[in-house]
Amino acid sequence: MTTASQPVLLEAVGVPDGHTIASYRSRGGYAPLEQVLAGKQPADVIEMVKSSGLRGRGGAGFPTGLKWTFLPKDHPGPIYLCINADESEPGTFNNRILMEDDPHQVLEGIILSSYATRASTAYLYLRYEYPQSWHRLQAAIDEAYAAGYLGKNIRGSGFSLDVYLHRGAAAYICGEETGLIESLEGKRAWPRIKPPFPAIEGLFRKPTVVNNIETMACVAQIARRGVDWFKSIGVPADPNNPRDPGSYGPKLYCLSGHVEKPGCYEAPLGITARQLIDGQGGGVWKGRRAKAVIPGGISMGLMTESELDTPLDFAGPGKVGCLGLGTAAVVVIDDQTSIVDFLHNSCRFFAHESCGQCTPCREGTSWSLRMLERIKAGKGRLRDLDLLAEIGGTMGMMPGSTICGLADGAAWPIKNAIKKFRGEFEDYIKRTNPSGWMVTDPVPALQIVGAH
Amino acid sequence: MPTIIVDGQEIEIGADERLNCIEAARRAGKEIPHYCWHPGLSVVASCRMCLIETGSRDAATGKITMVPKLVPGCQTPVKDGTVIVTESQLVKDSRARVEEALLIDHPIDCPICDKAGECLLQDYHFQHGQAERRADLHPFTSRRRDVGPTVTLFVDRCIMCTRCVRFTREVSGTAELMVTSRGAKEEIDVFPGHPLDNKLSGNVVDLCPVGALGDKDFLYQQRVWFMKREANVCGGCSAGCSIHTEHNQDTIYRLKPRENPHVNGWWICDEGRYGWHHVHDPARIVAAGRRAPTGGAFTTVEWHDVVGRLRDDLKSAGRLAVAVSPMLTVEEAWMLCAVARSIDPEAFLAVGHVPRQGADETFPGGFTIRGEKCPNRLGVEAVVALFDPAVRSWDDLVTHVRGGKANAVWITAAYPGPWLDEAAAAAFAGLDCLVVQDLFESPLTALATWQLPAAGFAERAGTWVNVAHRAQSFGQAVRPPAGVWPEGRLFWNMLGRRGLYDPDAVRRQVAESSAALVALAGEIPPHGVDLRIAQLA
Repeated sequence: MTTASQPVLLEAVGVPDGHTIASYRSRGGYAPLEQVLAGKQPADVIEMVKSSGLRGRGGAGFPTGLKWTFLPKDHPGPIYLCINADESEPGTFNNRILMEDDPHQVLEGIILSSYATRASTAYLYLRYEYPQSWHRLQAAIDEAYAAGYLGKNIRGSGFSLDVYLHRGAAAYICGEETGLIESLEGKRAWPRIKPPFPAIEGLFRKPTVVNNIETMACVAQIARRGVDWFKSIGVPADPNNPRDPGSYGPKLYCLSGHVEKPGCYEAPLGITARQLIDGQGGGVWKGRRAKAVIPGGISMGLMTESELDTPLDFAGPGKVGCLGLGTAAVVVIDDQTSIVDFLHNSCRFFAHESCGQCTPCREGTSWSLRMLERIKAGKGRLRDLDLLAEIGGTMGMMPGSTICGLADGAAWPIKNAIKKFRGEFEDYIKRTNPSGWMVTDPVPALQIVGAH
Repeated sequence: MPTIIVDGQEIEIGADERLNCIEAARRAGKEIPHYCWHPGLSVVASCRMCLIETGSRDAATGKITMVPKLVPGCQTPVKDGTVIVTESQLVKDSRARVEEALLIDHPIDCPICDKAGECLLQDYHFQHGQAERRADLHPFTSRRRDVGPTVTLFVDRCIMCTRCVRFTREVSGTAELMVTSRGAKEEIDVFPGHPLDNKLSGNVVDLCPVGALGDKDFLYQQRVWFMKREANVCGGCSAGCSIHTEHNQDTIYRLKPRENPHVNGWWICDEGRYGWHHVHDPARIVAAGRRAPTGGAFTTVEWHDVVGRLRDDLKSAGRLAVAVSPMLTVEEAWMLCAVARSIDPEAFLAVGHVPRQGADETFPGGFTIRGEKCPNRLGVEAVVALFDPAVRSWDDLVTHVRGGKANAVWITAAYPGPWLDEAAAAAFAGLDCLVVQDLFESPLTALATWQLPAAGFAERAGTWVNVAHRAQSFGQAVRPPAGVWPEGRLFWNMLGRRGLYDPDAVRRQVAESSAALVALAGEIPPHGVDLRIAQLA
């Protein structure tokens, strides 16, 4: 049921001064908020978001309305809303576009969501490397305070909300929701063990909802355009799978890599990778063919050329062995690029960004990187591929060996690359290490440590 | 009663007990390996060594449903119907992989590591690891980092369990230690200009499951497998922390806390931990000496002669006053009082000098260092009360002596350091007979007729009663320097008892003679007994 549509989330892009409150109001912004504050109960807003089928845009795709209902009933407060703008997944820049070009859309979503969850304080955790977003968001927050959309007793409704913009210090792990909470509290961003989940005990040990920037923009648009509009876009739930909540609404796809026209494109959920690359992206660059495509940030793994007709909705990439839709950051890798290089780069990223809390991730990411370095130095062995596959298969939250999902994200590219491109790895190792690729002996004896 | 199933074996736990899988499995005799979890610290579930399979049994149908992935045992509470599997292939493989991962960056310098022999990394490697090293990496550096006056960090041996970091944050409340960097490059460090110098710092060495944190006092002094350990009680203050004295051939090498939920939990303070060095001080008094009435130097007296000649000297001097040191055990104190009263039925008995230094100091984790720097004031007071309900103090004794009411004074001391100056000692000048029983020479021994050696900490056996009325019994860990009779042995012989000094027999006798100390009658459990609870009963 995919339908083409005019950009909605990106409607301010290219509009002169589109980031200002005047421009946003001229496009109909903040009117839905005023209606909600004037006549609707928080429960009505939750019901609206629930019935829209909105799923979190941060990566995991958890139904947003359902997440809100996990908050304890009749809690004396405070309840906190944290907005995850620590957009660090390689290849992803949709939040950045929203924050830079239409910050009020995001803010309206934040105010609506805070009203729904009865949060009186919202923290916006912003990635350090986004100075433009920082300036635009702060300006927008100031404008919203001046216009009476933030602060005490908003528009006479009795509802009060303060929004604080917090700049992170540039660590990937702060995008994990409990890592973000720890970082906000001023601690090292080590993800927390769950339970308790943030909805019960989150920021400052109070009930907390953590949502993504794009999710907030979607909430604003649902309030403006209605649930029916939102449900008319995307892929309905699979009637044969009671656990599939469907993939509704528009989605911002970040297209990058070896395409003719990289960029952030709004498309209905469910567009296939091939449609996206050949349509919006203008095809693989220089007339080449794609060798592989990352469906949603490198932690989601790899799709091969033959898998490009997979719909990029919440259920699609999983069917071809990828981790999921993730952030919908589609990165195209052309047929002249080495997958060994890709995996080396991926491993380097995760070894650098592993927070170091859980042993399997801390050591696994580092070991896999050092193995890739050795392979690239012409000292690989076929045996290494089995080891890499074992590391990839056992590291992560899904097998239960780590606290958070960073390890799953680190494992998936390894797992997918070895499984789907094993031939290329074997060729590379045999070619670069003709005398030693077949060795399976144990590694030579230890070097002796000097006295200390 | 809630029932849980550990590897097919059903065990019951208490209805109100909150156990995690590690504790519950231990009840069933199954040890789940773990590094980062410690019962005295918060749960972080980060080492992933305790990964197990769990499930639950439906109470109605008896059907068991397993969780489809591994879970950390430390973080998973058990309840009725919890199923724990600790020995499946999945669990074994996971342990082997964690062990392999931890050893990737480890220098494996066991031959020069103090921890070798009591190292969890070693033990678990043999129990759960794999024989072949699959990582052909050469990380073999071993850097040392000074983190404080008591502790050295061997950076590369660390497995990042963060027990030490949590200790300084949760128990000592001083937060000197932290984690720097990220991923495989992360290390334990201190904040610049803030070394690890709190009063509980030595505990991080005990907490370290590997050889990363080294105790400077113990470093390279002794291999752990040469040492024997004796359950003991710290004599540093009136808290009476349960400890182990670790020694070899009558030399103490280190003290370690012994878990006791009623007293010290899992910790001891640095003052107690390093407070044993006086025991091996070469300046100690090691022979019984008697000075002629005309003065001059002490002449050494054979111990078997001491028994009779000391009694004769005191008897002939006449009115006797005795200071019963709060460093003595209950048994020794009781025998001393009995000896004194057998010499002079009117003997003036007083509790000896009670050293005090500052106020009690309680740390955020609840651990308290007491300002009263002796282990047994309450025990000695209870014993003295059996002989004289007035329970006189050291000051009363000084007044008594200054008033010329005593001809002979017997002062037991055994304090680890200087405890009175010349001015204070002058009160005891000019007596017919002054007996001083102490570890070191002092202004008091300069006046003494008899100078007797005292037993140092860990050289005596018996019972101490701490500030919370908990009585703990302990045995002799090391023998005193050659020739020295501990106080108990001297008093035992002066009472005319036969055979070797038997503290247990004396303790039972004391218990029989006193309602206040009746709780000492039976066997004293490792965690001690509360004297007040026995009185209430």
